[in-house]
Amino acid sequence: MTTTFERKHLLSSVEMAHFVSHGSILLESVVPDSMNQRAIEVLDAGIPGYPYGTPLDIAFPVGTFVRELLELPTIAGAIRSLVGPDPVIDHHAVHIRPPRGGEAQNMHGDAILDPRVDAFDVQLMYYPRAVTLEQGGTLSVPGTHLRKINQTGIGRYQNLAGQTRLVCPAGTVALLHHGIWHGGRRNDSDEPRYMFKIRFNPTVRQLRLWNTDDIDDPGVLRELTARFGWTSANEGRLELVNRAKLWRVLTGDQQFDIDNYLTREQLRPQFVAIGATDARLGGGPAHAGWGV
Amino acid sequence: MTMTVEESFATRPIDPHLRQQVLILYLGTSALDSNVIGWTRYDGTGRSRPTMGDSDEPPYPTGLDALIDGWRLIQMSQLQAHLPGHEYDVAYLPYEFVFERLVETVAG
Repeated sequence: MTTTFERKHLLSSVEMAHFVSHGSILLESVVPDSMNQRAIEVLDAGIPGYPYGTPLDIAFPVGTFVRELLELPTIAGAIRSLVGPDPVIDHHAVHIRPPRGGEAQNMHGDAILDPRVDAFDVQLMYYPRAVTLEQGGTLSVPGTHLRKINQTGIGRYQNLAGQTRLVCPAGTVALLHHGIWHGGRRNDSDEPRYMFKIRFNPTVRQLRLWNTDDIDDPGVLRELTARFGWTSANEGRLELVNRAKLWRVLTGDQQFDIDNYLTREQLRPQFVAIGATDARLGGGPAHAGWGV
Repeated sequence: MTMTVEESFATRPIDPHLRQQVLILYLGTSALDSNVIGWTRYDGTGRSRPTMGDSDEPPYPTGLDALIDGWRLIQMSQLQAHLPGHEYDVAYLPYEFVFERLVETVAG
């Protein structure tokens, strides 16, 4: 990645807040059509694998199609904002779902239970062709990314209120938090569905990596408190707490709070108010006694 | 013992024409009459194949509505205490209600 970086290409605070609450951000039609046309041939040919943690320069050096994709300013800016400079490749894959092919997967989280609360990986998904509803783009459940579950332990959940199915124009890139609940769907169309994904690991602390000019914008809180069908009732407020915790990690602001929950948790004043605390204690040994 | 396990478990059941359908509802609170936030179906008749993402609207607005429509509640989540130090952690959906009903098939 280039060392100088224009701030205008970074995500804004409002966009970062959207990522924190939704667990994803969608960049529609950001890849020019000329590249989308070339992508099919590249994906059909397959892309070799690399060991976990391979640097970008080794996996996708300058001159490769993928490097060209990753250096498009909007995409580079989003990746930089989420995982910082010089992320490494966790893994990548080409997914081509054949026409009338595949079955719906059970709902799952990728890899295994990931206990991290102060860092996260991001998965980039690139769709060189438009994805229609019947082509079976990924179903995902916004806002589930902060819940600690293992893999297909959530396979029992077929439908959650507020779930979304990916439908997008050609040249769209989605960036997902590693923990988001999702599942592949069947392709009911006559066209193959192409997707290329890369999972990035950060190599720096994910602290204020985006353009924080709008950090005080009311849109930040509005995005952070976004509601989804499944967060109605009891789970919703706990989700707000976990989003606030992640926002503290990302901003470095350890006082940040949503609806006073984290502040209240720490309210255990130790200061003794001499004028208010009465001098007298109950005296002597315990007053109760068997048969007393 | 007069049979192998396999033989005994292959015996024709008393109700071979019946099959179970299972409906699992995830509710907003521990109350059965609270709103449905997630749902899952399994069809023991084999006639349909519910899958992930097969619908966007829940079959009932609340758990009580399923009961009123004739579904039989067979299990509901235990309420678990929150672990000290992990009170705000979230994981699997906590309010799971499992319903069944028996339907006629021509299988014998």
